[in-house]
Amino acid sequence: MNGTAIGALIRNDLRLYLADRRALIVGVLVPILIAGFFGYVFGGTGRSEDQGKIPVAVVDEDRSEVSRAITADLSADPLLQVSALERSAARDQVKSGKQSAAAVFPRGFGERTTRSLFSGVNKPQVELLVDPSQTTSARVIEGLLAQYSMKEISKEAFSGASGRKAIDGYLEQLDKLEQTPLRSDLRTLLNAARKLNEQSSADAGPDGTGAAGADGGGQRNFGLSIPYTVASTEVTARDNTPYNSYSHSFAGMAVQFILFAGIDAGVLLLLTRQRGIWQRLRSAPITRGEFIVARALATTLIGLFQMTAIYVVAILVFKVRIEGSWPGFIAVVISVCLLNAAFGLMLATLGRNASTTRGLAMMVTLLLVMIGGAWVPAFVFPRWLQNVSSYVPTRWAIDGLDGATWRGLPFAAALTPSLLLIGGAAACLTVAIWRFRWEE
Amino acid sequence: MLQVDRLTKRYGERVAVNAISFNIAQGETVGLLGPNGAGKTTAISMISGISRPDGGEVRLGGMSLTEDAAALKRRVGLVPQDLALYEELSAWANLQLFGGLYGLGAAQLKSRAEAALALVGLADRGADRVKTFSGGMKRRLNIAGALLHEPDLILLDEPTVGVDPQSRNAIFDNLEELKRRGKTLLYTTHYMEEAERLCDRVLILDHGQILADETVAHFKERYTNLEAAFMQLTGRGLRDGAET
Repeated sequence: MNGTAIGALIRNDLRLYLADRRALIVGVLVPILIAGFFGYVFGGTGRSEDQGKIPVAVVDEDRSEVSRAITADLSADPLLQVSALERSAARDQVKSGKQSAAAVFPRGFGERTTRSLFSGVNKPQVELLVDPSQTTSARVIEGLLAQYSMKEISKEAFSGASGRKAIDGYLEQLDKLEQTPLRSDLRTLLNAARKLNEQSSADAGPDGTGAAGADGGGQRNFGLSIPYTVASTEVTARDNTPYNSYSHSFAGMAVQFILFAGIDAGVLLLLTRQRGIWQRLRSAPITRGEFIVARALATTLIGLFQMTAIYVVAILVFKVRIEGSWPGFIAVVISVCLLNAAFGLMLATLGRNASTTRGLAMMVTLLLVMIGGAWVPAFVFPRWLQNVSSYVPTRWAIDGLDGATWRGLPFAAALTPSLLLIGGAAACLTVAIWRFRWEE
Repeated sequence: MLQVDRLTKRYGERVAVNAISFNIAQGETVGLLGPNGAGKTTAISMISGISRPDGGEVRLGGMSLTEDAAALKRRVGLVPQDLALYEELSAWANLQLFGGLYGLGAAQLKSRAEAALALVGLADRGADRVKTFSGGMKRRLNIAGALLHEPDLILLDEPTVGVDPQSRNAIFDNLEELKRRGKTLLYTTHYMEEAERLCDRVLILDHGQILADETVAHFKERYTNLEAAFMQLTGRGLRDGAET
């Protein structure tokens, strides 16, 4: 191996890269900006109060105690931003995308819900007008609506006036029917519920504020609620270390733009073939192997420079931390850069001309990064696509970087993605060596 | 010094260079003349080791291109017809690459690059980017790039194409200086007056074959001047084919 020649070729490629300001901006600044944007949108460092509330409209055509109470509960929920609107305005705002959904409480909602709570028939219908592009938000709204409705309707049934009326009405219906053991048990249950209702009303007093005051004991507060509470803990590298979504966005964008640099390297080689410089290279005493090694090393070094620059900003500005193994992180970064260099060389050997090769390679790269979960996490994909994703090198790279950063995984966890990436690099390099045209 | 023996190159059915043979002595300057598509560039490509011959042999100082291409390449400097320069880089950076390809160390490369730049009159422009150079300056730098490893044989493929008369004259001065230093030059051109001024001997190539191999004096004696000889030997028909 002619080390001086290889060194000269590598130095020259680095000079060409640094002389091209566009490449520097595209390779370093743009991924930082995009990763910063995605990271912010998906929650930032996890310490921000402004997490983005789901806008939802409530149309209260009932104006009952129950519907007002449900509206108040929804308004108090930290996930929602509730607007009280008329039906037509609510529909318009959902249509224009200003509201994710609108819940319409129809007339008689409160009265019919307390009655149907016991009878199970003649249920009123809450209309949910949904923006079809925001179905995930609609599911969240639906869940919260069910939770707060159950709470307020049962509260009304066991302690409110309309609830008492509903129980009396249902007891009257039972009296008219033939007596059976089941109906006898039901009558006992309803009588107990009525007694509870009377007791709650008496405790609340005529003004409804209750003898026990604002602490809630004995007022119109008795109702069904979810019989457990949830303590949500973010499982990150360490306890009390919040998830930093910049970690994932920087991993995704760094991988994407490293691949773009690989494409540039491949295209540069194709362009070099068309210039006089190729004749000068070919007339020099360097071998095909030395040339390929030099190109691969130069592209790897450029990738390492890009990765370093991107992660320095990620660490200093966006508080991304290598919570796991530093050697693991470095192993994944080097493996990604090796794969990228081999990918670029392969492109240069398979491509016929620069413009077509660049177009096709960009398309393939964008597909790879999308499927690899660089833009949106892979869990939102359909099952089959998640399966495909696990075979894509970009997924290995992003998983490896995620593991070393916010997941805080040890070196052993970086080994598999690193080895897979190196395997991918070896495959690309094999194709490149096989197809590389040196002799003419 | 250079022995070319029955050198042949085919592209499919077409024979671009058909068993040409000639010798060039140490310090001799030889012009390779021919119309478009005659096979000049193909011949130069094979002699410089870029293109693999389909037949025949190239020997330089007894060394065979087939047997030891790397050693032979170290003794040959190529000035390609297309500018072989990175325009985004400085003249220095370009020369550092070309010297590095021949294994020159930093100190050796520095002195040789300074000498090469001085020879072509660009000593004060080494730090400037090539894209700021005029066409003539680029052509001169293109020549400098082939001199760093001090080759015995310099192959020049139309080194004055596309430059103004002043630049052409400057390039000629450079080549005459190389000749004075005892370098062996093989030179392709379309300009007869260049060949007359510079060359000791001229080979006229057409359809891949050598039609004449004589001294300039002999051509002048027999055909009045070189252009008359060229036109008589290659004919007056237009040659619109691709350059080979």
